[in-house]
Amino acid sequence: MSLPAAAPLVRPLIETRGVTRVIGGDIPTTLVAGIDFAVQPGEFVAVTGPSGSGKSSLLYLLGLLDKPTTGEVYVNGKATSELSEDARAALRLSSLGFVFQFHFLLPEFSAMDNVMLPMRALGKLGDKEMKARALDILASLGLADHARKRPDQMSGGQRQRVAIARALANDPLVILADEPTGNLDTVSSGQVLSIMRNLADSSRVDYAKAIIIVTHDLDLAAKADRRVHIVDGRIAAPALQND
Amino acid sequence: MSLVLSIATTHIRARLRQTLVGLLGVATGVGFSVMMAALMEGSQRDFVAQLVDAMPHISVTDQRREPPPQPAEDAFDAVEIHGLTTPVIRPGIKNPYAIIASIESWLPGAVAPSVQSKAVLRFAGRDTAASVIGIDPRREPNVSKLATQIVTGSLTDLYKSSNAIILGSGLAQRIGARVGNSVTVVGGNGRTISATVVALSRTGINQLDESQAHTLIKTAQILAGQTGLVNEIRVRTRDAMSAREIAQRIEAETRYKSVSWLEANEDLLAAFQIRNFIMFAVVGAILLVASFGTYNIISTITHEKTRDIAIMKSLGMQARTVRRIFVLEALMIGVMGVLAGWALGYAMSLGMGQVEFKSPFMDATRLPILYSPMHYLLAGGVALAASAIAGFFPARKAASLQPVDIIRGAS
Repeated sequence: MSLPAAAPLVRPLIETRGVTRVIGGDIPTTLVAGIDFAVQPGEFVAVTGPSGSGKSSLLYLLGLLDKPTTGEVYVNGKATSELSEDARAALRLSSLGFVFQFHFLLPEFSAMDNVMLPMRALGKLGDKEMKARALDILASLGLADHARKRPDQMSGGQRQRVAIARALANDPLVILADEPTGNLDTVSSGQVLSIMRNLADSSRVDYAKAIIIVTHDLDLAAKADRRVHIVDGRIAAPALQND
Repeated sequence: MSLVLSIATTHIRARLRQTLVGLLGVATGVGFSVMMAALMEGSQRDFVAQLVDAMPHISVTDQRREPPPQPAEDAFDAVEIHGLTTPVIRPGIKNPYAIIASIESWLPGAVAPSVQSKAVLRFAGRDTAASVIGIDPRREPNVSKLATQIVTGSLTDLYKSSNAIILGSGLAQRIGARVGNSVTVVGGNGRTISATVVALSRTGINQLDESQAHTLIKTAQILAGQTGLVNEIRVRTRDAMSAREIAQRIEAETRYKSVSWLEANEDLLAAFQIRNFIMFAVVGAILLVASFGTYNIISTITHEKTRDIAIMKSLGMQARTVRRIFVLEALMIGVMGVLAGWALGYAMSLGMGQVEFKSPFMDATRLPILYSPMHYLLAGGVALAASAIAGFFPARKAASLQPVDIIRGAS
């Protein structure tokens, strides 16, 4: 596989080596099988595949929400399978940002408070700095006027943009998005799509971030630098390089 | 505001009705605990105070716990004695004033001699048995409340007449005598004197008021037929609770039987311990029931918040932070409940203190209430601990939740 010409050859921000995930029960089910996958700084990768192919399971493994049965997930070069739950949570908080299909915002909190939540959990910034940063991110996503609103006072597209803002709060190395447009109308999908592309473009400038999106949306997948197609828990075809 | 506090406060505020129910549960538990403790300990203290006031702290009488040793027992190591004749021993305490002076030299308190005798009072054709107590009016106020219990006349009126007598109000009523009347008093050995009623006393305890009369020591000695007789030395200690030790010392020094109020009422005081145990068991049960309410509410919140917990954990919040949020919520319900419970307990105690009881055997009285900060601290402390424990278990369950299980289910 080849990377965009401008990308420097550095350590992948996130990488899996022979990752398999089997869930127990009377009949064990293999969610992902022997996946080798690496994402370089500045990359925007779309993971595609039919329903039940294991693309979301791969995302949860990459996001340290789940542990592989075998194999290893590396975040910024650091092996994670031997880390404690607390250490994995800390790594998730500082290095990874999630956007889910359903916005998953805390319903009693305002957009601003939702965005500040990861910052407050990390505890690196003071209250004023956190507020300023949250407002900046919301403004950059066109939500400056909605900062004080609760999720139930916003549209689906606005909520998803707040969820993206929350994912960006701690300036993560990797943004992981699971069907971010899956629950949105066409207009909102277009907005989210364009935000993702802008994020990817700005990441490519300083090669500081990577974006991984799991999607059915071919338009969104087409916006990515690279596509990885998963079928039955395995990478089905060589990665496709988008133009 | 810290993250944990901020989330906990938001949860509590968002579930106002549930919070209120939990708060009321704790408040009711704390309130009733405070009121019960105030009532139980108040009545106990009041009873003990009445007991302590009604009788001398220590009564030294002319009796001995052990029979006096025989002279032969002092002379030989082993003695067998047969056919002893009981000697006629003159009743009363020997050298009472020397003993009083000796006790006064070290005692923190006051001492007064008295003569206890039985008599029959006769007036206007009515006879009634009475206990006549000879006292020293100058010393008596230091050892008893008699001076404050005089309702007509005064204690020093005993000096006004050669054979003056103070009748209990019930006793006076029974024989129909009033202040100024002359009553006939017949002593145990048939000696009869005519005494002038100079005052009436009222303790509030009918049994005493209907049977007690007080005279000067000299008058009681005449009735008993023995000059110089003092058959009881009454002692009031500065600290009522030290009466037992002081009584032991007096008995060791004088060899006369010294009974403290604690010894005389040992059975009652033991009953109080059982009563206190029952009280704490009931109070504990009330608070335990209240804590189930808190447990229920925190369980419900954690159940309803499963998805939010998954979100917080997926963002990178640690399990202990999630646990703290829900324990803090339980504690917040606990703290608010305790504060409301204190107010409720105080109000109920005030209300209970207004309830008046009337008894044919005693004067009308209100429920005695003890306002002790210890009751409030104890009830509050137990309620908070119960709230924390009630919150801990659902919080632990919430903290152990795997976010991926919830997110998979929601996707």
